Amino acid sequence: MAELDKKSVDATPNVAEVATVNAVTGTEAVAALDAPVSQGEPILQVRNLVKHFPLTQGILFKKQVGAVKAVDGISFDLYQGETLGIVGESGCGKSTVAKLLMTLERATAGEVFYKGQDITKLSGRALKAVRRNIQMVFQDPYTSLNPRMTVGDIIGETFEIHPEVAPKGDRRRKVQDLLDVVGLNPEYINRYPHQFSGGQRQRIGIARGLALNPEIIICDEPVSALDVSVQAQVINLMEKLQDEFNLSYLFIAHDLSIVRHISDRVGVMYLGKMAEIGTDTQIYDHPTHPYTQALLSAVPVPDPDAREGRERIILSGDVPSPANPPSGCRFRTRCWKAQDKCATEVPLLAIPERFKASDTPAAHESACHFAEEKDVVHAA
Amino acid sequence: MPETLKEATPDTPGAVAAPVATAAVGKPRSLWSDAWHDLRRSPLFVVSAILIIFLLVMAIAPGLFTGADPRYADLAHHYLQKPKWGNFFQEDWFGYDIQGRSIYARVVYGARASITVAVVVTVLVTILGTVVGMLAGYFGGWIDTILSRVTDIFFGVPFILGAMVVLTSFEERKIWVVILALAFLGWTSIARVARGSVLTIKQADYVMAAKALGASTTRILLRHILPNAIAPVIVVATIALGGYISAEATLSFLGIGLAEPTVSWGVDISSGQEQLRNAAFVLIIPSVMVSITVLAFIMLGDAVRNALDPKLR
Amino acid sequence: MTIIDKTADVPAPRGSNDESGPLLEVRDLHVEFHTRDGVAKAVNGVNYSVSAGETLAVLGESGSGKSVTAQAIMGILDMPPGHIPKGEILFRGQDMLKMSNEERRQIRGQKIAMIFQDALSSLNPVLSVGYQLGEMFRVHQGLSKKEAKAKSIALMDRVRIPAAKERVNDYPHQFSGGMRQRIMIAMALALEPDLIIADEPTTALDVTVQAQVMDLLAELQRDFNMGLILITHDLGVVADVADKIAVMYAGRIVETAPVHEIYKRPAHPYTKGLLESIPRLDQKGQELYAIKGLPPNLLHVPSGCAFNPRCTMAQDICRTEIPALRPVTEQDGTELVGRGSACHFWKETIHG
Repeated sequence: MAELDKKSVDATPNVAEVATVNAVTGTEAVAALDAPVSQGEPILQVRNLVKHFPLTQGILFKKQVGAVKAVDGISFDLYQGETLGIVGESGCGKSTVAKLLMTLERATAGEVFYKGQDITKLSGRALKAVRRNIQMVFQDPYTSLNPRMTVGDIIGETFEIHPEVAPKGDRRRKVQDLLDVVGLNPEYINRYPHQFSGGQRQRIGIARGLALNPEIIICDEPVSALDVSVQAQVINLMEKLQDEFNLSYLFIAHDLSIVRHISDRVGVMYLGKMAEIGTDTQIYDHPTHPYTQALLSAVPVPDPDAREGRERIILSGDVPSPANPPSGCRFRTRCWKAQDKCATEVPLLAIPERFKASDTPAAHESACHFAEEKDVVHAA
Repeated sequence: MPETLKEATPDTPGAVAAPVATAAVGKPRSLWSDAWHDLRRSPLFVVSAILIIFLLVMAIAPGLFTGADPRYADLAHHYLQKPKWGNFFQEDWFGYDIQGRSIYARVVYGARASITVAVVVTVLVTILGTVVGMLAGYFGGWIDTILSRVTDIFFGVPFILGAMVVLTSFEERKIWVVILALAFLGWTSIARVARGSVLTIKQADYVMAAKALGASTTRILLRHILPNAIAPVIVVATIALGGYISAEATLSFLGIGLAEPTVSWGVDISSGQEQLRNAAFVLIIPSVMVSITVLAFIMLGDAVRNALDPKLR
Repeated sequence: MTIIDKTADVPAPRGSNDESGPLLEVRDLHVEFHTRDGVAKAVNGVNYSVSAGETLAVLGESGSGKSVTAQAIMGILDMPPGHIPKGEILFRGQDMLKMSNEERRQIRGQKIAMIFQDALSSLNPVLSVGYQLGEMFRVHQGLSKKEAKAKSIALMDRVRIPAAKERVNDYPHQFSGGMRQRIMIAMALALEPDLIIADEPTTALDVTVQAQVMDLLAELQRDFNMGLILITHDLGVVADVADKIAVMYAGRIVETAPVHEIYKRPAHPYTKGLLESIPRLDQKGQELYAIKGLPPNLLHVPSGCAFNPRCTMAQDICRTEIPALRPVTEQDGTELVGRGSACHFWKETIHG
């Protein structure tokens, strides 16, 4: 795997550079945003990202009558080699975030800095160059592979699009190497996607994502379409590859157990906004946002004994429409703590005042006026 | 809510299909090889394919079927001579027309004009319709609005009436004039099918995956969209091919399509109508040829549709 | 609600069967699909039973045959390509597979109802939910339009759809996913069936809504004293509501157990592997245990125990002999009620 090895060599000076920069600006950088476990400068910085899909009426002369506020001001950092999990229910905008980071959708406002460069403004050659470094693994292994192409063509296409990565004569061997890396028989190169099972297809998708030696892989529900017994295989593979190639993952999923397993840090989204973000321990063992608490308490746990000791918060109602989100705090319509203030004032994502001075794990960013710690995961 | 809906895939909806889909053994198979597998077992396909091959050979090498000259007229001996049904493949098998020409020879030689018109029109229409439909479907927005409205305008023109208007403006009615007139009006149904098909395919994750890799628009259109969107277009085109054969015959019959001295089924039907009362065979024989050919292509289209439509599996 | 009091007008069961026996019993059921590539053996001898008031969870992955079994029970299997070469499905002691279409239709909906995963595609988009609910009463009970509507509203209230009176004339797309699933449940409940089969009823729903719907289902089942067959792939969902579990793999039941015991002491390597391969919510684990290999191809089910190519305990006997579902006992031979395992080495699995 000459090519894949080269990547880690590529990355090394980069890390060194990041480290020195950090040594100089050190304290300031930390103060700017939350202080995550990872060291160094973030490889990806997302600032106030907004995506509104216009709702229009009329056929010839379209008139905008509103907007679906899919993503409405999201900020976070992704560090080299870490996994940031993003959880949330359907319609919370987590998949839109993935598309924005891949520039598959154009942001309505806000910035995404990849190594200091705002990729939302890029196009053409510069964008193509950035895309080499940010790749994606899709949710549905049944629709993310072109059924008319062989596995060799699907993975090999990456080299046709980016010919500088691999010389022509080398490509077939490289594709076979990639198949080997993801645990598939390299002899399968001439098979079609439908000849593989779901788990194997997802491995092909991962191989395609790895082909260009990216630094960041955005995973949009990569295992949710797979059988339980196969999910673990794919998760383990992804963790192995992360160590091997020093990848950063943005891991988007709705399965909270899997997200905890794979993530270093976790962000919880609700209706286009980030409700809470912190390390996995901070979020799972010391959640302070009511939504996070409700979400965690609702997860069915395959252990009836552990289950009985847990407090369950059953939320009433459904998630409101992102076309017409509630004023103030978006969660207030389903929140048991909601007061007048919640309807008028949008809570900012920040470390709650009451925990600021202390050193507890509850001192992480949470967008709630009445943030308080509550363990809902462990039996009382 | 696509995030959660898809998660459902593990079992339920496709429970019946699942055992089939998980077959991960055997030789490589694609949609086309699957379709071919189905087609070979379809009597509809076998019958229509044999007929079509027969007709194509007739169009390409009419000399194989008859030694007679379709334009040779012998009024003195053969004026409206009745068919001799027992004389298979003989000059007088189908009798003679009002000018004493062998109807059998004319039917054999007429295949070329009719089939050429239909095949060339179909090819032109498929190319034009696919390009228009693909651009409209893929790019959407203003491009789609303009292209779709243009398609609608052409679609609104009655096919035969439109062809009459176009053809009457030409002095000389050579075969290419008829071809262009039919193609000019016929591409719209293909464009619509192609647009609809592209609209579905462009949502597919693999198209998004190609975009995420930085693939150019041309590559996405040619490698990802076209191969996946083409199946319904081919079905519609095959069925339409039969329609163009009858359209050619209709126009020739009306006297505005092909004309003498071109040998075509339509021309013969046109000239045969005058003897309908006393020598109906002059009209009926070329008409039956048109019907058989149209039927063969429609049957082929149906068979291909059945083989390509995954819903029927 | 009069719905609850219904046992009275259930016709007395014919034949020798009695009320105390199981509501539904599946005996040695086999289902095959004849495909172009061969015969896919989707169900290979399944036995299970459900009594009134009992919840049986059928757990399995794709291709395990759990949904096909349910479709066979409901009589909604596509035949062909489906085919039932062998087996019995006894409803109150009578084999439904031997009944006429008309007799089965009488049972379907009235005695056994089904809840599907995708509520949106299971409801007719051009009819209002009130009309669709009312149809059940009009067709099966011959009620007038007005009565049927009143009953529909009562039913919507029962499944806790807010403002049922105002929403009865709304169309399915105007409801959210969770509400649509409630409507599906209401439709299943309409004729007060004895048995409900719920096929992945909450898989398409969000976690917070999932909990609401599962709670509702469990409550209604208790109130109506129905039998419930819950088909799912989610070990977590099962833990909440089921009384007993049947784990399926490659068309066979590989383990049965009362719900609490299976999580503590699985007696089949497949169940054990599944439980170990799920990450924990309450603690950060190390590398996940992963069952190796792929789910079985139903066209070529491995000989012997279908799980043998993926099993860490597999021996020669596993490759040649199909293990029967045998009762599981304590080490000292005490019987463990309701437990069974189809593994040659169940003793080693549970005790070792």
